[in-house]
Amino acid sequence: MRISESVTVSAPPHLVWRFLAEPDNYLRFMSGVTRWEVVGDRRTGLGARYRMLLRIGAAEVGGLVEIVEFSEPKDMAWTSVTGVDQRGRWRIRDARDGRSRVEFRYAYGVAGGGIFGWLSEMVAAPTLGRHVRRTLHQLKRQVEHEQLRSEAERRRAAREASPAGAG
Amino acid sequence: MGTTETLAAKASQNGDSAAHDEEPGAAGDESANPFSRAVGRALGSVADLIASRLKADLDDRDPDYIREHLPLVWLLSSIWFRGEVRNLGNIPESGPVLMVGNHSGGNMTPDTQILTLAFSTYFGVERPYYQLAHNLVVASPVGQILRKYGTVSASPENAERALDSGAALLVYPGGDWEVHRSSWEGNTVDFGGRRGYVRLALKKKVPIVPVVSVGGQETALFLGRGNRLARGLGLDSLFRLKVLPVSIAPPWGLNVGDFLGHLPLPAKITIEVLPPIDLEEQFGPDPDIDEIHDYVTRVMQEALDALAAERRFPVIG
Repeated sequence: MRISESVTVSAPPHLVWRFLAEPDNYLRFMSGVTRWEVVGDRRTGLGARYRMLLRIGAAEVGGLVEIVEFSEPKDMAWTSVTGVDQRGRWRIRDARDGRSRVEFRYAYGVAGGGIFGWLSEMVAAPTLGRHVRRTLHQLKRQVEHEQLRSEAERRRAAREASPAGAG
Repeated sequence: MGTTETLAAKASQNGDSAAHDEEPGAAGDESANPFSRAVGRALGSVADLIASRLKADLDDRDPDYIREHLPLVWLLSSIWFRGEVRNLGNIPESGPVLMVGNHSGGNMTPDTQILTLAFSTYFGVERPYYQLAHNLVVASPVGQILRKYGTVSASPENAERALDSGAALLVYPGGDWEVHRSSWEGNTVDFGGRRGYVRLALKKKVPIVPVVSVGGQETALFLGRGNRLARGLGLDSLFRLKVLPVSIAPPWGLNVGDFLGHLPLPAKITIEVLPPIDLEEQFGPDPDIDEIHDYVTRVMQEALDALAAERRFPVIG
């Protein structure tokens, strides 16, 4: 089963990328995710591993995932090492005027799950779809807030630097 | 096949399988007629089968099988029982641990199914996880499937072997006594005075993680254990059965014994994992078994009372 949603963020791609590349942010914006922990020495980048869990139905489902594509500031993809089979991908594209088009693709399943595997994918799809949409909305909100904060910081610094602002 | 042979060999070493003593003679006795040899081989096979079923091996656990069947268990747990498992993070991330639960739901035990699902998805099927079950459960046709999930017959030897291997072990000290308590006692922790789990944890120096569940005793109308009837019929001495439970459950209506199981009502099951108890740290170098047992059952009862207080209606939750 594959779910794909996208959103336009009023921030340039490099800012979105900076936010997505930081593993500490994932618990803040990924809906339904109860765990996103760095496993091993590599914190981010190609080969970084995370233990992630997502509450869905009666269980927290997930496992160990590894970043398999890390093309700054455009594409980041991970795939499962253990646990439920899953692939996730962030696609960030320049939407001009300082905006970005962010697409999140999430594919999941259980190899060898048979008819019940297919059925459980279908049953889980609406909940996962809601999580993906909410994730993108939270990402948009948080990145745009970061953008506002950095702009405010820049204005503040400019005011402090100029005599008129100081006076 | 190899497992069966290994188990049969162990059973023979333990003197549990008379068939193994007879089989070589039957095969090697040239004077015996073909009919006798065939009967001897058949009896030997049946005895081997029974012995192998009771002598579950830890190696019977099959992570790939568990993983491939998680969708079915997830569907049942999520849709039918609306299962909810809280605070799995209280289970230590690695190493041996003794999980002690209150047991509910008659012979269908939905709490075990939901907890096994939650454990397997939270820690991954790769982490060894075993559950102790009654001999009759392990020997039944369903037991063949349960063994792939890590269910082994309840014995001190199996429990110690599981913990020695570094696995997480789930035990229900109340066993058949607790699981068949009446529905109006559903929110009571009742181990029937059994304290073997404390001795096990002390001997193996492993933490106890209490696990409390609510809702299982609402999956049928459990009327009583029938323990006097079981004693009168000698079921205790024959099958280690202390109860002959009576319930009203679909599709049977009046259900005596629950030997064939029943269709559980879709009661909401909520499970909470409590913080681990380090026995040496909490009870010192000379711990008292009764004190530990009292402490464990008390914290479990308090947690169960809190879970029960959240429920507004039976079955609905």
